Amino acid sequence: MNANENPRLWMYHHMVKSRHFEERIKPAYFEGKSPVFNMAKGPLPGEMHLSDGQEPCAVGVCAHLRPDDSVTATHRPHHVAIAKGVDLNAMAAEIFGKKSGLSGGRGGHMHLFDPDVNFCCSGIIGQGLGPAVGAALAAKMRGSDAIAVAYLGEGAVNQGAFHEAANLAAVWKAPVIFVIEDNAYGISVAKSQCTAVARNSDRAAAYAMPGHHVEGNCPDAIHAVAEMAIARARSGQGPSLIEIETTRLEGHFMGDAEGYRPAGEVERLKALDPIPRYRARLEADGFEASELDRQERLAREAVDAAFDHARTADYPEPEEAFDHVFV
Amino acid sequence: MSSSDQSVTAPRPEQPQAQRRQTIAKSMAEAIAQEMAANPAVLVMGEDVGKLGGVFGTTGGLLDSFGPDRVRDTPISETGFIGAAVGMAAAGMRPVVELMFVDFFGVCMDAIYNLAAKQSYFSGGRVACPMVLMTSVGGGYGDAGQHSQCLYATFGHLPGMKVVIPSNAHDAKGLMIAAIRDDNPVIFMFHKALQGMGWLGTVPGSITHVPEKDYAIPIGKAAICRTGEDITLVGLGATVHQALAAARKLEAKGHSAEVIDLRTIAPLDRETIIASARRTGRLLVVDDDYLSYGVGAEIITSVCEAALGDLKCAPVRIAHPDIPIPFSPVLEHFVLPSAEKVEAAALAMLGDTN
Repeated sequence: MNANENPRLWMYHHMVKSRHFEERIKPAYFEGKSPVFNMAKGPLPGEMHLSDGQEPCAVGVCAHLRPDDSVTATHRPHHVAIAKGVDLNAMAAEIFGKKSGLSGGRGGHMHLFDPDVNFCCSGIIGQGLGPAVGAALAAKMRGSDAIAVAYLGEGAVNQGAFHEAANLAAVWKAPVIFVIEDNAYGISVAKSQCTAVARNSDRAAAYAMPGHHVEGNCPDAIHAVAEMAIARARSGQGPSLIEIETTRLEGHFMGDAEGYRPAGEVERLKALDPIPRYRARLEADGFEASELDRQERLAREAVDAAFDHARTADYPEPEEAFDHVFV
Repeated sequence: MSSSDQSVTAPRPEQPQAQRRQTIAKSMAEAIAQEMAANPAVLVMGEDVGKLGGVFGTTGGLLDSFGPDRVRDTPISETGFIGAAVGMAAAGMRPVVELMFVDFFGVCMDAIYNLAAKQSYFSGGRVACPMVLMTSVGGGYGDAGQHSQCLYATFGHLPGMKVVIPSNAHDAKGLMIAAIRDDNPVIFMFHKALQGMGWLGTVPGSITHVPEKDYAIPIGKAAICRTGEDITLVGLGATVHQALAAARKLEAKGHSAEVIDLRTIAPLDRETIIASARRTGRLLVVDDDYLSYGVGAEIITSVCEAALGDLKCAPVRIAHPDIPIPFSPVLEHFVLPSAEKVEAAALAMLGDTN
């Protein structure tokens, strides 16, 4: 499906695909980890950061992107990777540590690279921003109108890397969009406790770039704002910053007891789940329920096929650990 | 220093009648200029690399030749511009970025060791990182402990990066060209005592004949810059010259010292070092980085693992002790390695107590 021809249906399809991807991870992650939770056990060892609730941030922006546009994402990357078009089978296989994974099992869920669609992510807060500026600058120097998008959380804005990258992008008019997913928490610490301004979009003024603030976690609103920012970048006018108020429906990582949340918060947020809300909105706007059902089914089938592949794929030979330290 | 030691490299280049003698600074800039002329993907970024031509002369003349689009003065934002270089390299550009002093790595190391050095691995070899990070190292001129460190081992320890350290202008040009052409991140560490800046004392042996044409020196290959029979002296950067000076003193006392210039520490040319140590039976490593967990430890361990039975005495390392580099010349020169320290240690290993 083409995001240009029917962006709203495309966004719905990819939100469902991303959510179903996370839903498939959940039971697999706890295999081998009960009754005693041990992160090292089971088919999905290590930390697992799920993106439930943040799908609008991914689809609203990525609906505008081409394969030659670059995206750098965060430690919570699945929704963005799926919206950017990362190969689902290779991504799922990577998360299961399999040979057919994106990097043959060397990176895992926080380190996904797919050069076919110019996607990568890093597990270190704020550190994808410099590379996004570089990717944008490379496009500009080559005379291409490709752009770059750097995703970051609201907590990452307090990293020096954000300020360095934002200033550099503005000074060099790099075609890059900084997309802040404000899910209100840096692991357990609330935004209000650690960030001096209520809206990080206000900080854009410090770098002479437009700062947009989007409330409501609605794909349509994000899509509209991203369209402006991306048009500005493609036409050589430089970077923009978009802060999106979104919701983290799960813990920081799987196994997070979330004792830092106020009572009732999770239930309140789940009642605002953006996917059923968006479906209702689409139906109210005349989309056929049968077509939405069909998109859901197609999305789920693609994810299920990817998980079937990942579960049955071979592990790498141990000696393959020594490959690809250098190209 | 005698004229015979002034072209410290091996295999020694043909010495033409009219030598084209140059500093390391000039040779680095020349190498970058030739690669920029040959390949439009090559560009330079860093603090003061434009009009100033680099605080240590590494980019002299480049702005005039190639313009501000390809020779970019950056804000004082190492995390920002080194991170940007990683993204540019992923996109097929070949950035040469300057970290003015290696001591500044603390403000930007993530971009170096977590991004640049792991881009290939985490992409299963599908995303290259053809970038060069050039950075000044070394003390001895009273700049104290935040502007005088070498940190060779810090970078050599971390996988995914190649680390080169030229001791002379000939090698600096060839190693820079090789570094720019390499599809992997290369840390190019140039020693301030060798750089050839007018305002900074320069070891004469670092100024050598440099061919005008472009040439690459293979990364990962050490040079035997003086052959000998009785002891192997291993140095890198500035300490190569200390080892050579000590070798001359030893020769006057009847001892034949072989001197190895590492040129690269990652990957380390263990083969050349081990072969030499097997032949001479004595191994002395001279390093101006911190002692513990250092280059000397790695080399000595490598030789002991492979050739312990061939050694006639315990290997020895000379390095900067595990203290911050002090300011006062009285303190600094007490702790830095020197030709005299190398000679004394070698004589002790040779059992020469005269």
